[in-house]
Amino acid sequence: MKNGALIFLAVFVALGGSWCGFVLAPELQLGGAKQTTILNSSDVYPVGRPGEATQGSSVYRANGCAVCHTEQVRQTGITCEVVLTDAGKTPAAVTKVCVDIGVNMTDRTWPLPLPKTILTGLTKEEADAASGKITTAGGKVEIHIAATGPDIARGWGMRQSVAEDYLYDQPVQLGSLRAGPDLANAGARADANWQLLHLYAPKSVMKGSTMPPFRYLFEVRKIGREPSPDALKLPPEFAPHAGYEVVPTPEAMELAAYLSSLRATAPLYSAPIAP
Amino acid sequence: MNKISKKSNSGEVDASLRVPLLALFGGAAFWLVVSSVLAMIASIKFHAPDFLANCPWLTYGRVQPAADDALLYGFCIPAGLGVALWLFAQLGRAPLRGAIVPVVAAKLWHLGVLVGLTGILSGNSTGFAWLEFPRAGSIILLFAYLLLALWAMMNFAARRERALFPSHWFLVAALFWFPWIYSTANLFLVAWPVRGVVQAIIGWWFAGNLLFVWLALVGIGTAFYFLPKFSGRPLQSYYLALFAFWTLILFGTWCGIPPGAPVPAWMPVLSSFAAVLTVVPVLAVAAIAWQTLCGSTNCEPKGGPFCFIRFGLMSFVLSSLMLIAMACPRISQVTEFTWFGPAQTQLQLYGFFAMTMFGAIYYLLPRAVGFELPFPKLARLQFWLSMFGVLLFIVPLAIGGVEQGMKLNNPNIAFMDATKAMLPFLRTSTIGLLLILLGNSLFALNIFAMTFVWEKSLVKKAFTVVTAPLEKPSASASLRRDQGEVKV
Ligand code: HEC
Repeated sequence: MKNGALIFLAVFVALGGSWCGFVLAPELQLGGAKQTTILNSSDVYPVGRPGEATQGSSVYRANGCAVCHTEQVRQTGITCEVVLTDAGKTPAAVTKVCVDIGVNMTDRTWPLPLPKTILTGLTKEEADAASGKITTAGGKVEIHIAATGPDIARGWGMRQSVAEDYLYDQPVQLGSLRAGPDLANAGARADANWQLLHLYAPKSVMKGSTMPPFRYLFEVRKIGREPSPDALKLPPEFAPHAGYEVVPTPEAMELAAYLSSLRATAPLYSAPIAP
Repeated sequence: MNKISKKSNSGEVDASLRVPLLALFGGAAFWLVVSSVLAMIASIKFHAPDFLANCPWLTYGRVQPAADDALLYGFCIPAGLGVALWLFAQLGRAPLRGAIVPVVAAKLWHLGVLVGLTGILSGNSTGFAWLEFPRAGSIILLFAYLLLALWAMMNFAARRERALFPSHWFLVAALFWFPWIYSTANLFLVAWPVRGVVQAIIGWWFAGNLLFVWLALVGIGTAFYFLPKFSGRPLQSYYLALFAFWTLILFGTWCGIPPGAPVPAWMPVLSSFAAVLTVVPVLAVAAIAWQTLCGSTNCEPKGGPFCFIRFGLMSFVLSSLMLIAMACPRISQVTEFTWFGPAQTQLQLYGFFAMTMFGAIYYLLPRAVGFELPFPKLARLQFWLSMFGVLLFIVPLAIGGVEQGMKLNNPNIAFMDATKAMLPFLRTSTIGLLLILLGNSLFALNIFAMTFVWEKSLVKKAFTVVTAPLEKPSASASLRRDQGEVKV
């Protein structure tokens, strides 16, 4: 049994190591996280979702949307542009520097009109170097930073998702499968009305959609004295029988509010972009 | 210890486990079938998205997690616990005392699964992968687990054969690790949720440890008991097995945080590094299995259980390598968020763990209950169904997943085109699920028939006891005769 106790202790330590590493340490590092400020602005980020959207997040959870959808955008890198905003008092000096750093100056009106994008596709270091040279020559430049990668190119976001984006989510539903598109910025792509139509009959707004319809979040009822203002305006082949209307339940409204609130575009220190 | 006492002891050990094992395996077999029915329903939605679309209980986002959890919590864990109980008792030659407690715990466990699955289907999932069961279900599960683990450990402590086998190491660690990770995850994610992305980190840690480490500990621990039995020579070797054990718990426990996750960079880096090191225990297990089975005297060991466990071990190696590959940033860029992931998980849960358990249960249950399998032919058939089923499920999904990943990485291919290209693969995998469903039903049939035969024998015994008084008159007559009262 002496042997047994020793094994037990060693196993305890070996297993407990990962607990310290991936439960305790992350909580110590991130558990007390607060709002951050948006780059070049005094606004804080993130702000909590409005109440209806928060309730919608629980409809999202209850119906397992995260089984098919992720809420996390990836980026593979960044690309920088240098934009000349002011040629300064000695445009000739600036022009000379521009020639030196390889700016393509084919148009005759150079350097007008300003602002003018003079360099693209640079790394951050290259952009900083170019900007330094032009500034010393008396010009003024801005550096635009854009994220790159397939997710960004698909329009799923302007930057990668970072820890800050999820500060107020409960539960955090990152998802692990993209049977459907990423939804981290669903609110930036479509409005609540579109969302309702899509939830009731995905095929009505997206041809050939394989997303299962969520008809049970809607009520098909006889039109009363007046049609409900919330009734969906469906294309004929998806509309109910004449005299009936499709009205979203409160859950559907909340879910649509949640989807419309999905927007993670603020430039942050941990995900710098400067559009 | 002489041979006769050993033998009678082994019978006693087996008998002491009969009822707890039937309780654990019976429920497990039931959930196994439920899980594959739910998985079929989910899969059909890729043929017809409108299928059962008006029924909130059967929407894809609920059925799919319910199917996964029914497999993991309904089948894998209770089956593993039952096999662990039996292995402890066998290796330690100590009968299980107080068998009523594990019986009650087994029933409680299955009740917890019922509560949990009802919770998911009614929309009360917690929203965390592999931890969807709502609070009530989790509490029951944890309590039942603790009772079962306590009884297993008491049996371990009371063992008459003091030597420790490699299986012991694996199983003891597993018994102990589950309550730790399960309570941590439930406390920090459900009861008093931590904030923000820490939830996701703990979720990954939990899922990785449950799906990879716990299942590997129990499955490999079981296989290490059976390998020498099948090949007729000792495990090759004891020390390599201990090496595999230590490297598994040292490295495997850190896997699970995907590269590129929106968390501080050190976490995915550390996790990927650990995943690469996990190659070591995986290859060690492969080497042990290879050397123990090949070069054995009866080179082609026969029998159903052996086929199951051999297939399980091969799936373990393959699924672990897939897991490790997915932790490498380069590969993850393609495979992350694709169907490659679910394929890997299924290979791990079903191809490796469930298959190993089938083999073990087919071997041990007849010994514990004292009857032959009612339908041994169906058990053979189940092997083929389950094997082809799991292959037909994972091969298309893995290949399709890689293709899907490459298409998603090319922004010039519309999302819908990438999704549509996946459909033929998904639809093929439905056939795999169908075969798995059939296989699972045959398993359940054997287990239920076994329970029935045993119950019938009980009734018969009870009947003989009840009918015994009928012989009394003659007995008393002979008594009187002996006393010379009756003269003929
Ligand atoms: C079976 C998997 C599946 C489930 C479950 C699912 N979706 Fe989808 N979803 C898809 C697919 C596939 C698409 C792409 C086709 C389309 O736009 O209809 C999609 C598209 C979407 C879009 C449009 C995204 C865009 O920008 O194009 C939204 C919004 C959406 N889903 C929300 C939801 C919500 C909310 C739920 C849960 C109530 C949900 N989905 C459940 C598969 C699924």
